[in-house]
Amino acid sequence: MNYLIEPHAFVLGCSAIGAGTAMIAGIGPGVGQGFAAGKGAEAVGRQPEARGTIMSTMLLGAAVAETTGIYGLVIAIILLFANPLVGQVPN
Amino acid sequence: MDFGSSFIPVQIGGFSFRLTETIMDTWVVMAVLIILAIVVRIKLNKFTEVPESGFQNFIETIVESMDSFVEGNMGKKFKYFGNWFFGVFAFILLSNLSGLLGFRPPTADLATTAALALTTFVLIHFMGIFTAGKGYFKGYLEPIPFLLPLNIISELATPVSLSFRLFGNILGGSIIMGLIYTLPVIVKLLVPAVLHIYFDVFAGFLQTFIFVMLSMAFIGDKIPEEY
Repeated sequence: MNYLIEPHAFVLGCSAIGAGTAMIAGIGPGVGQGFAAGKGAEAVGRQPEARGTIMSTMLLGAAVAETTGIYGLVIAIILLFANPLVGQVPN
Repeated sequence: MDFGSSFIPVQIGGFSFRLTETIMDTWVVMAVLIILAIVVRIKLNKFTEVPESGFQNFIETIVESMDSFVEGNMGKKFKYFGNWFFGVFAFILLSNLSGLLGFRPPTADLATTAALALTTFVLIHFMGIFTAGKGYFKGYLEPIPFLLPLNIISELATPVSLSFRLFGNILGGSIIMGLIYTLPVIVKLLVPAVLHIYFDVFAGFLQTFIFVMLSMAFIGDKIPEEY
């Protein structure tokens, strides 16, 4: 059978687009971590003696906010390096 | 799930298996930790009541700061968790820093991080049942019994998010470093050094800290207030 585009190449290209699109998930953590850092700076300005506690609380919150971005990253990495879709292309 | 790593096929008896880079690097990290522990244990015999040597001061500072870290997060009664968390902390930190010496960090493999997260998962529920008893099971029906499935899903999501966070951060860093090393020589002179400081030292230390702190917070969550 003659294809306009090689099915294998088509799946690979779409996977690359998908990996790029998955990284849009990076927007959320960026906003969230920036917000956490801003609030942390505000809190240190108000109460400089509680710097250690504020710092560790902020890092914890920032790490939790980062999780969704990491999910996006993991999906992008899977699409690029361990693509499960290529194996399903009929020969 | 160790993307892009090489492996050595090994055949022992009738079994053939693959010796991945992760396994070998984990052995190196384990060997370094064991040798360090033995050296410190031998030197421990010479330790005095009041620290005299700089080495003793150093060791005591590390152990005490870890103990107070656990105490601050989990309360005085659970100070003994410091022993466990110190081991986890040392292992993850050394794994992350091993990228500086050209190793592939063992934590850039989902198998390693999933194993670590599963130990935390077991600890969470063991400590929950051990300290709260019946209250542990009642906690799943709160605030209303209708939410039972959601509560179970959120419990199962804990090890997934713990392992993916560490894995994603370290793997992302090592992939970016791998891409940088394919660039022309002029770029490779200074840029990798700066990026190694960020990806291996800063992110490695931060993720270790976060992993240990979140584990403590999750375990502490299951322990009732009055215990």
